[in-house]
Amino acid sequence: MNQEVELPDNERRRITRDGVSLAFTVGLYGTAFGAAASSSGLSPWQALALSALLFSGASQFAVVGVGVITSWPLAVTAITGALLLGTRNALYGLRMAPILQVRGLRRVAAAQITIDESTGVAISQEHLGLPAMRHGFWVTGLGVYVFWNSFTLLGALGADALGDPAQFGLDAAVPAAFLGLLWPRLKGRTPWAVGMAAAITVLILLPHAPVGVPVITSALAAVIAGWKNGGAK
Amino acid sequence: MIWATVLISSLGCFLLKYAGMAMPDAWLSSPRVQRIANLMPVALLSALVIAQTFGVGQTLVLDARAAGVAVAIVVLLLRAPFPVVVVAAAATSALLHRL
Repeated sequence: MNQEVELPDNERRRITRDGVSLAFTVGLYGTAFGAAASSSGLSPWQALALSALLFSGASQFAVVGVGVITSWPLAVTAITGALLLGTRNALYGLRMAPILQVRGLRRVAAAQITIDESTGVAISQEHLGLPAMRHGFWVTGLGVYVFWNSFTLLGALGADALGDPAQFGLDAAVPAAFLGLLWPRLKGRTPWAVGMAAAITVLILLPHAPVGVPVITSALAAVIAGWKNGGAK
Repeated sequence: MIWATVLISSLGCFLLKYAGMAMPDAWLSSPRVQRIANLMPVALLSALVIAQTFGVGQTLVLDARAAGVAVAIVVLLLRAPFPVVVVAAAATSALLHRL
C-alpha cells in the first residue's frame, strides 16, 4: 500500500468516471432528503445547511426523522441519533488518514467529505497504489458533495411547492429510505440479530417511552453484540 | 430550536470525522470499538425503519406507510437501485391516500 506509483491516464479517467457516476446516483437521493426535511418543518435553507455542514446521509435523515422539532427532548433525540450514526465516519477517517496525508485546511476539507462513498471508492483502488486511492477519494467525495447539496435544495423547494407531504407518499419514503440504507449492511448472522433486536426494542418501548428514546435505546443492541463477539476474531 | 439542532448535530458529526483523521489510531483501532461502530448503523437504521413505519408519537399504527415499506422490501429483493426503492414506497402510499 506504500507504493507511490504513477497513475496512468486511462486509470485516472476510469476512476473519475466511476466516482462521478456514483456521486450522481447518490446525489439524486438528496431529493428525498430535501423533501423529508421539508415535511419535518425545516425550511429549504435549514435542509441545505444540514447537507452542506453535516453531510452524512443517514445522520441527516435521523435529524429530520424525529418529526417537527418543537422541544429540547426532541432536539436532543435528533442530535444523539445523528452522532451515533456518524461514529462510523470516524473509523473511515482513521482508514483514510495515512492514505491522504493531509494537514491544515486540506485535512478539514478531507474530513468533511469522509463518508461511505468516498472511502469505498478509495479503498477499491488499493491495487493501483496511493495516487489512485487519493484520486478516487477526492473525486467521489467532492462529487457527492456537489450533487447531494444541489438535489437537497431541489427536493426541499419542490416539496414546499407541492404541499401536503402524505399526499405524495413522502410519509412512506422516509422509512423506505432508511430501509434502503440498511439493506446492504444486513450481511451475515450478527447484523441480522442486531437489526431484529433493535426492531423489537422499538416495538416494545414505543408505546411507553418518550418519543425518540426507543430508537436511541436500540443502539445498545450494537454495543452488546460488538462487545461480546470479542473472542471470535 | 431547529437551527440549534441543525448546527449542533453538524458540528458534532464534523468533529467525529475530523477526530478519525487527526487521532493517533490506538483508541479507534481497537477491534471492539470497530465492531460496535460497524454494527451501530444496523441497529439505528433498523430502529428508525420500525419507528418511522409504525410510530405516530407514542402509538403504533398500521397505515399506508406500512404498505409502502412492504413494497420497498419487494423492490429491494428484486435488487432495484436506491431511488427506485424510495419512489416505489412513496407511490404506494400516495395511491392509498387517494383511494
